[in-house]
Amino acid sequence: MAVERGDAAFVAFEHVQKSYDGETLVVKDLNLSIGKGEFLTMLGPSGSGKTTCLMMLAGFETATHGEIRLAGRPINNIPPHKRGIGMVFQNYALFPHMTVAENLAFPLQVRNLGKAEIEAKIKRALDMVQMGRFGGRRPAQLSGGQQQRIALARALVFEPELVLMDEPLGALDKQLREHMQFEIKHLHDALGVTVVYVTHDQSEALTMSDRVAVFNDGRIQQLAPPEELYERPANSFVAQFIGENNTLPGTVETIADGACTVRLAGGELIEAVPVNVSAAGERTTVSIRPERVEFKPERLPPGARTVEAEVLEFIYMGDTFRTRMRVAGNDNFVMKCRNSIGQRKLEPGERVAIGWVTPDARALDPH
Amino acid sequence: MADIPADQSAGIMRAADGRPLKVALARAQTRARRRAFLLVAPLLFFVLVTFVVPIGQMLHRSVHNPTFVDNMPQVAAWFRDTPAGTEPDEAALAALIAYLAAAAEARTIGAVGTRVNYEMQGTRSLFTAAGRRAGRLEAPYREALLDIDAKWGDPALWSTMRQVSTAYTANFYLAAVDRTRDLDGSVTRVAPDRAVYLTLFQRTFLLSALITFLCLLLGFPIAHLLATLPLRYSNLLMILVLLPFWTSLLVRTTAWMVILQGQGVLNNALVSLGIIGDTGRVELMYNQAGTVIAMTHILLPFMVLPLYSVMRTINPSYVRAARSLGATSWTAFRRVYLPQTLPGIGAGSLLVFILAVGYYITPALVGGASGQLISNLIAFHMQNSLNWSLAAALAALLLAAVLALYWLYDRLVGVDNMKLG
Repeated sequence: MAVERGDAAFVAFEHVQKSYDGETLVVKDLNLSIGKGEFLTMLGPSGSGKTTCLMMLAGFETATHGEIRLAGRPINNIPPHKRGIGMVFQNYALFPHMTVAENLAFPLQVRNLGKAEIEAKIKRALDMVQMGRFGGRRPAQLSGGQQQRIALARALVFEPELVLMDEPLGALDKQLREHMQFEIKHLHDALGVTVVYVTHDQSEALTMSDRVAVFNDGRIQQLAPPEELYERPANSFVAQFIGENNTLPGTVETIADGACTVRLAGGELIEAVPVNVSAAGERTTVSIRPERVEFKPERLPPGARTVEAEVLEFIYMGDTFRTRMRVAGNDNFVMKCRNSIGQRKLEPGERVAIGWVTPDARALDPH
Repeated sequence: MADIPADQSAGIMRAADGRPLKVALARAQTRARRRAFLLVAPLLFFVLVTFVVPIGQMLHRSVHNPTFVDNMPQVAAWFRDTPAGTEPDEAALAALIAYLAAAAEARTIGAVGTRVNYEMQGTRSLFTAAGRRAGRLEAPYREALLDIDAKWGDPALWSTMRQVSTAYTANFYLAAVDRTRDLDGSVTRVAPDRAVYLTLFQRTFLLSALITFLCLLLGFPIAHLLATLPLRYSNLLMILVLLPFWTSLLVRTTAWMVILQGQGVLNNALVSLGIIGDTGRVELMYNQAGTVIAMTHILLPFMVLPLYSVMRTINPSYVRAARSLGATSWTAFRRVYLPQTLPGIGAGSLLVFILAVGYYITPALVGGASGQLISNLIAFHMQNSLNWSLAAALAALLLAAVLALYWLYDRLVGVDNMKLG
């Protein structure tokens, strides 16, 4: 993982550690720098330390060790209300006893702004999230999506340079969530604020972010733009966590010049890109995305190696077909085909030769 | 809509068998409703017998006292038939004496005397003395009565007798607010040295307000701790809060007596620490201080529990949000946390105040003379002076005050917002 030392990073975590009980580390040596105007997502399963990192940045948790800097200034000892960071909470945390307008006025009032200025800013913020007519309502009178927008407007109304979002879309249904992802992304583009976004939903992370930091076990497993994260996962955890993934355990047979051959459990030999392996004889797990698996010989490059597969189950999913097959002893090998014109449906029990292009097979750590 | 049979012409929805839907619905729900009623019927009966009827009787007694009219119907009739201020004629006096004699025979003369004595002190002996000699009196009765005691000529006595001669009277309520009727029946204040109830009401409400305030002051941080501590600590703390509930009220009050009295634990500790001298022992008991201290302790859980139940539901992210928006911890508390605890503050304060207003045992034991509350006087009239009607009137006034308070609370905060646990 690359750390740009000395970089004029807007937000920087340096060797940050966090422990709640003095026995175990929730965050283990975190190094992360976030550029100004960037949309960075912290993605990971629950308990991976991502929310703790966000809370340390917001000032609600103190780092046990290490330094957190905001615009070059160490903020470890600055209380949350002096950090000037906007935050959107998972449950929105709109004050239930205040109207929408009063909620938005709150950060401006505590900053002692003039009445006219406050009103102008509230109006602009409400218009920004297309909620201009809702200033007099109470949060309880709004739908989930509307509350989400107000929470967003409140976090932005005092024009912070950094906005933190803690799983802000977790409580919305799927359709609304996708719509709001789009809106948040547009707001980010329009305002140019730096956003640190926490989620455990990988599709959310991929659609919205400039870069994604995948957390597991208190460490960043990979920090990369979405495309690289999906196409070139750095280890088995990332490959498994992001998207669907087929794994084939095996042993490295030969390795040279950015290519290797792997002997699978069933004796088959395949080619792969060595990622976490360095020498012949090492144990490895080869990872291949289901949609990159092909069974029509004409679609594979000439001379590509194929592997024998036995179809176990065929699932019709509308836009795609999912075929579960046994490959090299693995019963859960999945092939995804687009439901395109003339696409053939494989029958259970059928035996086919499947293949893929070598860069899609990545030899990762045996997990 | 096609499968719902609707009588379009009549505009009535009908069930599948053609009956109106409303009838069908009511019939379908009758059984369930009847069963639900049977389930609550025992409780309803219990509440009716043990609560509604006695309270109704008490309220009735506060305006109804038939002692005089029951024992002296003919005298009462004479009072009814003549205008106020009429001099009693011989016929009326003859009836009075006849009844006095009969009552003395039946040993009920004391009851009538007591009833008149409620309104005019020092008249009970008048009746008993007259009753003893009534059998031997001869006309002219006026002179004969005056011969027994010159007070029988006092117009105030006859005015009072006229007042008590009706079974229904508002006089007990007048007495309960330190008012009485003068000779011509208009309402006046009683003599300052006899006025006790208004000051006592005032003291009761002031002390209750003080106790409520102290409970809130002490209970708020505890409730907050309970609501925010990890479960294993908060459970322990909750047991400590509830512990007083499991101890007898009498034991708790007695414990306070041990602690607070002149030679008690607290004073001894202060003396041995040299903070106060042996002669300067603080009087913490048998005065208002004792009542306030002991009642605050006893009523504290009633404040903590509603507060706790409200605070537990307040998500910590509200305060965090306020802090992230730039509020200091004090501003976040004042503008975000405190307003959300209002339902709990309201419920707890109302509960503690209402309990305090009617509290009896603790002030009776540790209150001394200055720490007595109105309920102690109600008990006195129930048990010692046996003026149940006055006790009932005082209790009814207390009830009315509490109901008024409840109404006020509903107007200001809304009872729907109240959370009791």
